[in-house]
Amino acid sequence: MDELFAALIAVAGGLAGGLVGVGGGVLTVPSLTIYIGLSQLEGESTSLLMIVIVALVGAFRQNAYGNLNLRDALVIGVLSPLGVLIGVVVGNEVPQRALELSFAALALYVAWGLVRRAWRAPDQAGQGRGEAE
Amino acid sequence: MPSERTLKLAAVGTLAGIFSGLFGVGGGTVIVPLLIFWFGYGERMATGTSLGAIVLIGLLGAVAQGGFYGNVHVGTGLLLSIPAVLGVVMGTAIQQRIPQRAVSLLFAALLLGIAIELIVK
Repeated sequence: MDELFAALIAVAGGLAGGLVGVGGGVLTVPSLTIYIGLSQLEGESTSLLMIVIVALVGAFRQNAYGNLNLRDALVIGVLSPLGVLIGVVVGNEVPQRALELSFAALALYVAWGLVRRAWRAPDQAGQGRGEAE
Repeated sequence: MPSERTLKLAAVGTLAGIFSGLFGVGGGTVIVPLLIFWFGYGERMATGTSLGAIVLIGLLGAVAQGGFYGNVHVGTGLLLSIPAVLGVVMGTAIQQRIPQRAVSLLFAALLLGIAIELIVK
């Protein structure tokens, strides 16, 4: 039964990946820790493997639909480890609670921006292909 | 000298990494809005390109965690990837059939959920 729940949450994680372009770790990590019984670290690590597979298939599908800018994706991906390093260092220096609340505020601000975008320009919103500067 | 555009992309990658290192959230929550607001990407293009970047980001993390620390349960991960892949194929197919602004609203809902989780934690 637990395996069934884990599988259903994995489907939801994949759906989120396809719909909004995230890896789905928000869902797969809890499914691995709660229903499969992995530790937090094992869950996060195993989730990374799943995210790679999901993102790879998702990127292939989006490429087929004409929605992948491979060059930009590569530049972003290659430069991310530097950021991870910075993040880990900062995370150990700044109080966790302050970081959580800052990120929450930022997430709300960006969410508001997206809602306004969807509200304002329903017809033109989202035609850009990221090629114009 | 790299172009301004390349430098901005580098900034997106670095920021995605920072948030990943800080909160363990994948880069997608950072990459998608930045591609939309900084580069004028459409929602579908932003989410597709985000997935491409996440392949690399996740691969580096998985190799580090699995290769150096042995924390990846490969069998379990592969098995659970089957329903997850089913989900992403459905998700991308559905995304092509809904208005792009619906994708923005879904993303805003996801961010709202993350913010609430961080606040009540």
